[in-house]
Amino acid sequence: MTNDFESIKSADTILIIGSNTTENHPVIGSFIKEQKRKGKCTLIVCDPRKIEMAKYADVYIRQKSGSDVALLNGLMHVIIRENLHAAEFVEKNVNNFDKLRETVARYTPEYVSGITGVAPELIEDAARAYARGPNSAIFYTMGITQHVTGTNNVRTVANLALLCGMLGRPGTGVNPLRGQNNVQGACDMGCLPDVIPGYQKVALPAARQKAKDVWGADIPETPGLSVVEMMEAAGEGKIRGLYIMGENSMVTEPDSGHVRHALKNLEFLVVQDIFLTETAELAHVVLPASSWGEKDGTFTNTCRAVQRVRKAVDSPGEARPDWEILLAVGKRMGAPWDDMTSPETIFNAIAKITPSYAGITYGRLEGGSLNWPCPACDHPGTPILYTAGFPRGKADFSPCEWQAPHEWPDEEYPFLATTGRVLYHYHSGSMTRRSSTGDFIKEMAIEVNPADARSLGCNDGEMIRVSSRRGSVAGAVKVTDRVPAGMVFLPFHFSETPANSLTSSQVDPVSKTPGFKVSAVRVEKS
Amino acid sequence: MDAIQAIINGKEISAEPGMTILQAAKANGIHIPTLCDHPAVSPFGACRICLVEAEKNPKLLPACTTPLTPGMVVFTNTPKVIEARKAVLELILVRHPLNCFSCPSNGKCELQDVAYELGVKESSYADPGDTNTSHEYEDANPFYVRDLNKCILCGRCVRVCEEQAQYHAIDFQGRGIRTSIQPPVGSPIELSDCVFCGQCVQVCPVGALSEKTALGMGRPWDIEKVKTVCSYCGVGCEVEINVNRKTGKIANVTTNYSSPTALNKGRSCVKGRFAWQFVNSEDRLTTPLIREGDTFRKASWDEALSLVAEKLGSIKERHGGDALGFFSSARCTNEENYLMQRLAREVMGTNNVDHCAHL
Repeated sequence: MTNDFESIKSADTILIIGSNTTENHPVIGSFIKEQKRKGKCTLIVCDPRKIEMAKYADVYIRQKSGSDVALLNGLMHVIIRENLHAAEFVEKNVNNFDKLRETVARYTPEYVSGITGVAPELIEDAARAYARGPNSAIFYTMGITQHVTGTNNVRTVANLALLCGMLGRPGTGVNPLRGQNNVQGACDMGCLPDVIPGYQKVALPAARQKAKDVWGADIPETPGLSVVEMMEAAGEGKIRGLYIMGENSMVTEPDSGHVRHALKNLEFLVVQDIFLTETAELAHVVLPASSWGEKDGTFTNTCRAVQRVRKAVDSPGEARPDWEILLAVGKRMGAPWDDMTSPETIFNAIAKITPSYAGITYGRLEGGSLNWPCPACDHPGTPILYTAGFPRGKADFSPCEWQAPHEWPDEEYPFLATTGRVLYHYHSGSMTRRSSTGDFIKEMAIEVNPADARSLGCNDGEMIRVSSRRGSVAGAVKVTDRVPAGMVFLPFHFSETPANSLTSSQVDPVSKTPGFKVSAVRVEKS
Repeated sequence: MDAIQAIINGKEISAEPGMTILQAAKANGIHIPTLCDHPAVSPFGACRICLVEAEKNPKLLPACTTPLTPGMVVFTNTPKVIEARKAVLELILVRHPLNCFSCPSNGKCELQDVAYELGVKESSYADPGDTNTSHEYEDANPFYVRDLNKCILCGRCVRVCEEQAQYHAIDFQGRGIRTSIQPPVGSPIELSDCVFCGQCVQVCPVGALSEKTALGMGRPWDIEKVKTVCSYCGVGCEVEINVNRKTGKIANVTTNYSSPTALNKGRSCVKGRFAWQFVNSEDRLTTPLIREGDTFRKASWDEALSLVAEKLGSIKERHGGDALGFFSSARCTNEENYLMQRLAREVMGTNNVDHCAHL
């Protein structure tokens, strides 16, 4: 997020697109609802599913899944046509305006309506409310990113914010809500194929030199493979050994049939986890890890706030904290890591190589979280980015054309399936299904529109089978108009009925994120 | 605006404009007992336990809803005040069972505290034959139980649901002695707008709402609170793990509405508050495992780590570092993620390291 939670209180317009906020980020959902219920903002919600937030929206837009670039280009078309954009801000801070204007010129509300299925007037209403502000904030999540055009979706969101100058002030911002407790931190720490900590690109000599100076080691310059690509490479025998920590790939990755094949094809698989997950069952060595509540460290949240997490209880049996295990493995392989003996000393090593964490210490975190960038020990942290302009000087508009999704309903597979989470469960369910939430929601319910349920001849609670070109899964029907006709929704928490047996491993070419939100499927009574 | 000068119990005090008598007293270290007041919710004036006497006011005033005015002379513990508080408390106790020893709130019950402070043991108004206020024990969902016989109608739950959770799933229903806190008529809690964030349970001053999953996990005086951050989504809510010092196990998870460091301001969702039992699961891995054919055998750390080092080393030697891949975890700490990518890059010589950011 460019902005922090406090910033929500200053938002005059809030645009939510592709985020089921009240179920997936309930506390942020409550902050946004509070702003709306107090009458302090106009709320625009764009989502193919009529999620709870849609109930409170002043403008609810139900675009077709996979049509986001067209929708957002349509908003920008209206804003430029009606001269509502922040001309002065753009002139001063952004390159490439002419190209953007040219690109969005043909995205008239009528043209966009044909692609998205949204009435032209709603597109105009949303455009005017967002541009009016004076402070407008965008919130988005996986409904934007989990498409094979995910990068273009994100670029187009950023184009809209830049066009209206909605950055750098309280109440504005481009705010992706991150789905996992420390997904922000894992990225910051360089657990990405192309960067070391602090997003320093391995391809650049300066980053490699820095690694050599601080770590005393040469690191390779060619960016590595992403999770999905590593799985492909394992299937082809190019990757022979995998070390998986705290990840249940068998449930969370697309095309689970292929994942099984790839993992079984490995010469050596080590899985480090708190449970014998579906993935761990395929391992050669399983290492028992400490869970949340059993170890010290830091997490970095969705608004870049670094916070301390603390040990409260001992781990069962011989389970050990992940940091302890990784230190032991590294040292056995000859790593000179004697300076790191505890979470705090590891954190000090992080601060040495990560400019945005350089001013953060465990001591300072005792007084509360610090938002990066925090480059020095006397720096207060940065809750809102770009308050003094963009670090690189001018930002660029990256105009994008709408492209149809990789897969679209046809005669053989006439429905569109989308996947996601429900309030009571989390990801592969290995935690929530072993908790009280697991007693509340025990199995997958597939959302089907009442009109479709009628034509399929199935009632609430009856079993249906959903099949794609890759796999097939059966589950009970939940008849609801949360999904539009022609769409079904499957939560992916349930390993015995894996929604990801349907999804394609086709990924966005830049972000390598799979297009989870669109699969063409067949639906039958089973 | 200038600070307000007033006198409480003969002591000259200074308060910020707009403060209530209760807030001004608290800020100046003067204790006034309360029940319906709570830092998470706006003042309500429901319970009348905080009644105080003020010069030139013929009636007693609720301290929680009465603004302090300049020059006000307030008394918080005159015989008249104490007598009134005792009467109010006895009226509350008319409908409150006194089987405290089996109540999950015993030891943290604020009604108990007020009764102790005022020296009230039972209600002289109680009618043992009265069945007007008997409610069934509700435990249909796995998260919390409702025992409305213990409810004192302070309205904290109603206000926290409205003001913090932003759901307004419950409200006062019925009139007079038959008033109770309920979801809309004809719908049980489980089918109402309630999303089981449990904030109502946290603020309940008595045992009317209690965490089902915390029952039997520890008495309040055995609990030590450890401040940390929730393990689920990326919001990063500050939570407190309540550890039973006797068993060394987690008893429950709470939040703190008064914590200056809490980005969530004390708010929570159902997962953060109620979905922690996986930590104590029987399914937890407790020892390293090594594959033997189709099954696993238990191994020592030394053996398992040696095997991992040997196999990774051998693949690197035969096929190069890029024949290895490392999946890190958005569930793990920064420190652990940092080490994982150093293991990949520095030790194994590959940039094949990623995590589930896209999934």
